[in-house]
Amino acid sequence: MQVREAVLDNGLKVLVQEVHTSPLASVWCWYRVGSRDEGPGVTGVSHWVEHMNFKGTTNIPRDQVKGIIEQFGGSWNGYTWIDQTTYLETASTEALDRMLFIEAERMDRCLYEPSECESERTVIISELQGGENDPEQLLDMEVTATAFKMHPYRHPTIGWQSDVETMTREDLYGHYRRYYTPSNATLVIVGDVDTDDVLRRVEREFGGISGGPAPERRRCVEPPQGAERRVTLRKEGTTAYWKAAFHAPAFGDAGFFPLLVADAVLSGAAGLNIWSAGRVPRPQRSARLYRALVDTGLASSVGGALMPTAQPFLYELSATVAEGQSLAAVEDAILRELDRLSRAGITPRELDKARAQLRARFVFDMDGVTDMAHQLGYFETIGSWRDALDMGARLAAVSLADVQKAASQTFVSSNRTVGWFEPQADPCR
Amino acid sequence: MPLTPLRKVLANGVTVVVQENHPMPAVSLVAAQRAGGYNDPDGREGTAALLARVLDRGTTTRTADEIADDLDGRGASLSVSAGRHQVGVSATCLVDDFVPVLAIVADVLRSPVFPEHDVATRRSEIVTTIRQEEDDPASVAVNRLFRELYGAHPYGRRVRGTVESVERLTRDDLVRFHQGHFPPAGLTVVAVGGLQAGDMLDQVAAAFGAWPAGPAMSRLQVPEAPPTAARRQFAIAMPDKSQSDVAYGFVGIRRTDPGFMAASVMNNALGQYALGGRLGDSIRERQGMAYYVFSALDAGHGPGPLMIRAGVAAENVARTIASIDTELDIIRSDGFSEKEIAESKQYLAGSLPRQLETNAGIAAFLLNAELFDLGPDYDQRLPDLIRGVTRDAAVDAARRLFDPRCATVVVAGPSSEEPRP
Repeated sequence: MQVREAVLDNGLKVLVQEVHTSPLASVWCWYRVGSRDEGPGVTGVSHWVEHMNFKGTTNIPRDQVKGIIEQFGGSWNGYTWIDQTTYLETASTEALDRMLFIEAERMDRCLYEPSECESERTVIISELQGGENDPEQLLDMEVTATAFKMHPYRHPTIGWQSDVETMTREDLYGHYRRYYTPSNATLVIVGDVDTDDVLRRVEREFGGISGGPAPERRRCVEPPQGAERRVTLRKEGTTAYWKAAFHAPAFGDAGFFPLLVADAVLSGAAGLNIWSAGRVPRPQRSARLYRALVDTGLASSVGGALMPTAQPFLYELSATVAEGQSLAAVEDAILRELDRLSRAGITPRELDKARAQLRARFVFDMDGVTDMAHQLGYFETIGSWRDALDMGARLAAVSLADVQKAASQTFVSSNRTVGWFEPQADPCR
Repeated sequence: MPLTPLRKVLANGVTVVVQENHPMPAVSLVAAQRAGGYNDPDGREGTAALLARVLDRGTTTRTADEIADDLDGRGASLSVSAGRHQVGVSATCLVDDFVPVLAIVADVLRSPVFPEHDVATRRSEIVTTIRQEEDDPASVAVNRLFRELYGAHPYGRRVRGTVESVERLTRDDLVRFHQGHFPPAGLTVVAVGGLQAGDMLDQVAAAFGAWPAGPAMSRLQVPEAPPTAARRQFAIAMPDKSQSDVAYGFVGIRRTDPGFMAASVMNNALGQYALGGRLGDSIRERQGMAYYVFSALDAGHGPGPLMIRAGVAAENVARTIASIDTELDIIRSDGFSEKEIAESKQYLAGSLPRQLETNAGIAAFLLNAELFDLGPDYDQRLPDLIRGVTRDAAVDAARRLFDPRCATVVVAGPSSEEPRP
């Protein structure tokens, strides 16, 4: 894959990759700002800002937002997570100028009309409460908040409801102005385009946006966890859920790929594209936890998640307790497997299998121009876009000893937070 | 860039469709058998769903562990799912693994053994899934809407079955279903990816060609579902939940209905375009009540529903339903504007290249074209079919498909009040 990198005078980094198999282009604009840049009182501000950045700009009146990309058959979207915020359009190549225009407007000229901010407050509360309807999400929120004592990775990206209820338009606009600058952004274009032509168009749309240094990000190191932490959530429900979170290496740390291999052995390789995650089910029938929990009927599902992040985040394991089985039995079975992995490591055959799975996933992670552009931009926000193309080398370097070391360092009781969702009978039903 | 699929019907009746696509060295494969939950015997609902979960757990020549080890060792993904009218095996693999993965797909479709142990374990998994749905307001509302809209019609039954019907299922049910509903003539195999089309066609033919021909497929005749004649509303209390889900719907039309294309354009303008069409403009954009509100038209072999869905705070349920009523009434009386319909048509026609962006997207498109006899050049004809819909036809489709006075409305969530009629 040939990727051209360019940097405009105002600091905007541009990545272009030509893919000529279909008449499409995907444009993603990434900002190095996410929920880890938020403090108490304004949790969720990055996500709310993302919503506001779809609500009209100086040159795109509010009533012309609807349809602006749809008229080209295109789709648009965005997401906010702990390290980054991003916006995308994928459409036929003839919409390229339109897509670049939208992203340039979004970078510099969003309106933040007070009435629009208020209307969006209730939309976000609806989004937040919809998530709370899902007991697994509730448990995840509790476990994550317990696993971190002070690092801002602890709060949900959507924010705590009390903050969403009280944040002001000035909080939103201030955050937007601080973080939405060319030097804090990366623009990615992948598709049926000519690189030199794209760079000229980008210069025309973005070159006039004034620069300035990228904002400082909060510096914060989570103190080492000294003891096991546990949370038990009791609520009406029908199904019990088990979860554990272990402090884990950041993507750039040496321990990341060894732990990724350990995850593949435990629960099957899931790949590293958080945008398309789950689209291709992970191969897990022969994975250790699947055999120990799902094949035995203790759980109806089990899975691990090691997400690529800028700073050390969590390795999470989740299981759905099968009807008639107990949380305690599920926990025993999982901890036994983790203990075995820590003590005895994995076999050479398992290492080969994990590598084959991950190599295949890295191919599946790039299915289409939208996914390719996502991967380049995502890894640029937590390191370098070159990482997205260079996973094979880091994977090949992982040894059996590395995996055992990663497991034995990660899977100790003092590094884990365990969450139980215990369903309570509903008196009305 | 138009699709150029190769198509062949094998001597035993298996239909094969392949399409070369080279952005990456991988293949997406879908093998769809024309039988699903619709074919479950009465009282044994969930048979096709359980069959799908056990199908790849061992064949006459491969144990479940051998299949798992082989696929996992390649990093190939294989999954089986059951819908109302089909059981589908989907696989994704690297091009170098295509032939061995294809062999496994053919083997599990043709010669599954349904081991007793796996039947028991997967049955319990489905029960757990049904219990999970019972705790999810969106699933509760939608499942109830289907039951109320379709009553005794087969679409009133759930593909997954009920706890009672699933617990009754045995290995014999799966064996019988497989014997009765899996003839080669009912199978369509679609492969899309980075190999020569001719090679893929030969490889699929080799994998499935040795399967002896069975009976011909009889034509599927899904009965009509009577439209509801009066407004009905149902509330299901789930007091511990944070917000309510609204499912608001009508019996819809079939894919073969001559008015299908007009209804699709209408549905886009009603509850899809941008952030949810007319409904999104009102309920999300103007009133700020919901993160999601949309409409969906499920036109398949039978008359699936036209359904409107929204997730809103309990105190906004009545206002949301009233807003849906108002929007539908306005459309019935005043129609859509020329601009709205032009925009929806432009969007639907223009979005085709995006539908065909990935191997899996192309495979889904070609399978759909095959299942509904749309022709191998459907991707080239579709834009004109969409552009041919007139505003009047879209408005007629709206008047035919919905009238708030006959809507069936289900609310599941923390508000236990009956919504106002």
